[in-house]
Amino acid sequence: MKKNISYLDSVHRDGRIWGLLICLLLFAFPVAVSVVFKAAPDARALLRGLFDTAPMYWAVGFIEMFTYVPMLGAGGTYLSFVTGNISNLKLPCAVDAMERANVKATSEEGEIISTIAIAVSSIVTTIIVILGVIFIIPLTPLLENPVLAPAFDMILPALFGALGVVFISKHPKLAAAPIILMLILFIFVPALNESTVGIMVPVGVIFTIIVARIMYKKGML
Amino acid sequence: MEFSANHPILFVMVGIIIAVVLAQSFYFLFRAMKRAKEIGIAKKTISSTITSAAIFTIAPAVAILLGVIVLSQKLGLAVPWLRLSVIGSLSYETIAAENTLKALGDGVSAITNAPAFISVIWVMTISIAVGLIFVPLLTKKIQGGMIKMGTKDKKWGDIFSNAMFLGMISAFVGYVFCDVSLAFKGDFTGLIPVCVMAASAVAMAVIGLLATKLKIRWLTDYALPISLICGMAFAIPVTGWLS
Repeated sequence: MKKNISYLDSVHRDGRIWGLLICLLLFAFPVAVSVVFKAAPDARALLRGLFDTAPMYWAVGFIEMFTYVPMLGAGGTYLSFVTGNISNLKLPCAVDAMERANVKATSEEGEIISTIAIAVSSIVTTIIVILGVIFIIPLTPLLENPVLAPAFDMILPALFGALGVVFISKHPKLAAAPIILMLILFIFVPALNESTVGIMVPVGVIFTIIVARIMYKKGML
Repeated sequence: MEFSANHPILFVMVGIIIAVVLAQSFYFLFRAMKRAKEIGIAKKTISSTITSAAIFTIAPAVAILLGVIVLSQKLGLAVPWLRLSVIGSLSYETIAAENTLKALGDGVSAITNAPAFISVIWVMTISIAVGLIFVPLLTKKIQGGMIKMGTKDKKWGDIFSNAMFLGMISAFVGYVFCDVSLAFKGDFTGLIPVCVMAASAVAMAVIGLLATKLKIRWLTDYALPISLICGMAFAIPVTGWLS
């Protein structure tokens, strides 16, 4: 048991160090660009850009953090919040891996499997993007081929169709209420679309947890 | 130094940051694999986790690469390479860049001067920093609560984690249906994502059945990537039919 605590504690310690280091590097980048080109940012553009962008993304970012951290596990969180693309890549990858290994996110086995899946996914993504940057000239016409465009536009429906059928068929009782709620909301509220789905994830998660708690207390699960 | 959004020095700086990010992933991968061995997780489970995560990632990663190409037309190649390898997504980075360029009166045309370029990078960096800054501060607390719950009442811990995933999945399932009502106005494009989702769900179910009936274990490891590709491939003809 003692070792268990020390592994998780060390994940948190190392995750913080790496996170801080990468955060510093990312903030140093614009400073370095300023120094190299001997130029300052355009103050008006910077303030306007921040004013229009930051409040919304900070709010969403905060909510995302509380939604995704419990699902990703500690190691998975420290990696995912650096490499991004959580809902469309890292989390489905981790969820699928944990499901196949038959482990839960709340256990140490789940923590390890999720970390391995997310680390591998981050590495593969980074390498593919590096290769793409190197071979951008021959690749651009191929990837921007209009025939392929619909396939890349439809990644999210394809991903959640496959993931959904597994989870919904395994837990039909628990899935019914949130699926019905989300279908009604997305079909009848015009403001809900691709750009607002991120905000609806925490709504779905909290709603499902409340429903699950009630069903659990009543012995329905 | 004369400004260019594709100046080699930018690639060197971005390359260094991305190398550190890669190193972090490798570090956590090796740590987790070592711990897996210590607590006796089967070698086969680990290797199937690695291969299936790698295969699954290819299609979404190519989509991310497409985002790099799109953004590079405005910002040069180095900055989109950094932003889409670290944290950002195409939609977010495009909005951040456009909001800043709007203030400069440049519309969305390519950036040709250093002040505009630096402003865009700052807006991108600051606006998405919330996770970078707060994840190191808050993760241990949030995660600690989860583990405590899992040990206190194992059954509820399991239900809780299923409920979280189902909550997320239900939001995306809802999103797939967001434009279906357009069909009443004669526009059937809103049905495209629904058909794609159905196709990949059927593929997943068929693969699951094949794997259990014919006892092909390895098939389950690749069920998700195969279904993803089936759905994406189906999107090509279905988009042609419905638009």
